[in-house]
Amino acid sequence: MKQILPAIFALFLAQPGAADGMRMAVTTSFDNSGLSDVLLPVIREDTGIDVQLLVVGTGQALRLGEAGDVDAVLVHSRAAEEAFVAAGHGTHRREIMYNDFVLIGPADDPASIADAQTAAEALLRIAAAQAAFVSRGDDSGTHKAELNIWTDAGLDTETFGAWYRPVGAGMGAALNTASAMQAYVVSDRASWLNFGNTDGLAMLFSGDPALFNQYAYLPVNPAKNAAIKHQEATALEAWLTSPRAADLINGYTINGETLFVFNASPE
Amino acid sequence: MACRFCFWVFLSRFRLVFFVKKLNLCLSGSKGKCGTFMFELIEGLKAAFRLVITFDPELWEISLRSLRVTLTALLIASLIAMPLGTYLAVQRFRYRRFVIAIINALMGLPPVVVGLIVYILLSRSGPFGVFNLLFTPTAMIIAQVVIITPLIASIAHQAMRELWAEYHDLLISLNTTKTQRIRTLIWDGRRNLLTAALAGFGRAIGEVGAIMIVGGNIDNVTRVLTTAIALETGKGDFALALGLGFVLIGIAVVVNIAIHALSRTEREGRW
Amino acid sequence: MSGMFPLTLNQVVVRRRGKVVIGPVDLTVDQGGPLIVMGPNGSGKTTLLRVMHGVERINAGAINWAQEHPEKHAFVFQSPIIMRRSVFENLAYPLRLLRRPKNEISDAVNHWITRIGLENKGATSASRLSGGERQKLALARALIRKPDVLFLDEPCANLDGRATREIEALLQETAAAGTRLIMSTHDMGQARRLAQEIVFMLGGKVHETGDAQVAFTQPKTAEFAAFQRGDIVT
Ligand SMILES: Nc1ncnc2c1ncn2[C@@H]1O[C@H](COP(=O)(O)OP(=O)(O)OP(=O)(O)O)[C@@H](O)[C@H]1O
Ligand SMILES: [Mg+2]
Repeated sequence: MKQILPAIFALFLAQPGAADGMRMAVTTSFDNSGLSDVLLPVIREDTGIDVQLLVVGTGQALRLGEAGDVDAVLVHSRAAEEAFVAAGHGTHRREIMYNDFVLIGPADDPASIADAQTAAEALLRIAAAQAAFVSRGDDSGTHKAELNIWTDAGLDTETFGAWYRPVGAGMGAALNTASAMQAYVVSDRASWLNFGNTDGLAMLFSGDPALFNQYAYLPVNPAKNAAIKHQEATALEAWLTSPRAADLINGYTINGETLFVFNASPE
Repeated sequence: MACRFCFWVFLSRFRLVFFVKKLNLCLSGSKGKCGTFMFELIEGLKAAFRLVITFDPELWEISLRSLRVTLTALLIASLIAMPLGTYLAVQRFRYRRFVIAIINALMGLPPVVVGLIVYILLSRSGPFGVFNLLFTPTAMIIAQVVIITPLIASIAHQAMRELWAEYHDLLISLNTTKTQRIRTLIWDGRRNLLTAALAGFGRAIGEVGAIMIVGGNIDNVTRVLTTAIALETGKGDFALALGLGFVLIGIAVVVNIAIHALSRTEREGRW
Repeated sequence: MSGMFPLTLNQVVVRRRGKVVIGPVDLTVDQGGPLIVMGPNGSGKTTLLRVMHGVERINAGAINWAQEHPEKHAFVFQSPIIMRRSVFENLAYPLRLLRRPKNEISDAVNHWITRIGLENKGATSASRLSGGERQKLALARALIRKPDVLFLDEPCANLDGRATREIEALLQETAAAGTRLIMSTHDMGQARRLAQEIVFMLGGKVHETGDAQVAFTQPKTAEFAAFQRGDIVT
């Protein structure tokens, strides 16, 4: 035993060492879409950059950038992004692409939102019916988008009763919860299409421009600390806004449906 | 008595037949007839089986990383906790009760809180930022060490207290130094300490909250079994998540059996 | 021989849970042959031996050795303490603590294993030994450092006649080699065979001391006389 145990340990012990490659904090919805699995290998091939994704909520992604723990941030919450740049945490904000949010609910649609004219009207009907509604409640981009539509509808979520349920969780977990409770929920289209546990849920409303979801890329200010890989972050930005990226992003489909629309403006 | 036994056998037969029928329905893939719960479990088992028999390279990598991180953390935590637990059993000092109370309280610390504290310390804007350890396996090891050291120390302390009561008179009589006492207790109580280590291993290998925060669940870098399970659950892929869960259980069982087997061969051979 | 003796106990009191266990005890122990401590159950024999050895805390009084040589003491406890190790390692332990060279240790251990008749059991776990074998193992482990003073707390309590004689022979040999034996026993026969001096304990106090021959033929106190006859004394 005296000889065997250390040998076994030696075999398994982790080799310490800092990670190489650049780090980018992205939102759960971006990663859940599956687009990253398509883009990252091509980025490595074209630029030689090994991009390591930290998949978190928008709030946490911006916090990581603020602390200088990541080199760039790819999120979708315009106001928060602009505040981030204004505070000097990021060098600038570059729009890359957009997808859209959709309204998911029980297939039998108890609040009849399917024939609503606008997203705000759909939410008004849910509130009027007091139908169960799951909110991300985690300060994520999706959560903020949802709150904006409530505001458009002239309603204040603070005043809602027990039918409005903020779960404080990621998109997948919120969809799981909605599925279990047969509740309405706002999701990004990609997460919804990739979601496995769709039991009894259906996509009921989409297409309102108010539901468009703009993704932007923000390189973290290299003045924060010496470890930030600004060169790589700049190279990645160039790639993300290139025609090659446009082809891959526009060509990415799930079940034949396009998810993202590339809209980066050339420099 | 006999009759009650008959009845029990009858009942279990009945249950078994029922279960097998249900299993067949599930295996034939009809979700509605066997209920969501059973369906997910069966799908999970199938996924685990598929992953293991195909030697899925990603699964191997993730599993190996889980083992590496946890075994390293276990080694470090044991080196701290076992002498500490033994020292607390052997030595009476003024704040001994206080230290024991602190250790027992730390055992109940939520791993997420440990993760947050380690994150703040290792963040580039934190005090140890210059080492650039955040989102590396090393950071996960640090968090796991913090989580399991109190657990191992507490169990070790319990075991060592009993052994010390047994050995007390002899070791005092032989005029041993404090270090000699601690070393003797650790060596002669090694089987109990192994139990403590296995408890620590179990806690560490199954931990997700802290390592998610400090490791970041980065693909190919810091993704381990538990964070992968959390990820797949988030995506709603329950079958894959459960499959990974079964693999995790399998690894824990294999490690436990292997270590017990090692300690048994030693028992037969040396004493 | 180190000049450890005389040992003096001066008004020694041991109290536990508010009760006086022994004391006050005044006693002087000088160089000499085997000293046998006698007395009924609960009279304080074990406590007295432990106090002399220094493993029992005292609440009043003082113990003084002419010279302190703790490494020259050894103690065989009333219920032998067997380490969770092999027979060989149990015997080797006191020498390992002193960092003696390996070959010296194995020589000494092999000598004692043979001496106590366990030569085939060196590798077995000591926890598998019989009560008598454990007692002999504990004694050999106490002797392996060649102590100048050896305390024995009823070393033959669980042994049959033959094993008792074996141990007595070993003890006589040890005493002849210059080790001072301080031993408690219930067995009057054993006391008569071994004792040069006696201490008779009663109710936590030293009731009678003196030369063994004298004490056995002309006891000073009625209680010791009664104890020798096998009567109940309190
Ligand atoms: N730690 C303690 N707490 C309370 N009582 C104690 C303690 N230690 C000893 N005693 C008591 O003191 C008395 C003397 O104990 P001791 O073991 O010295 O007797 P003894 O003469 O060796 O008896 P025996 O012949 O049965 O071995 C006993 O009544 C015992 O119960
Ligand atoms: Mg006694």
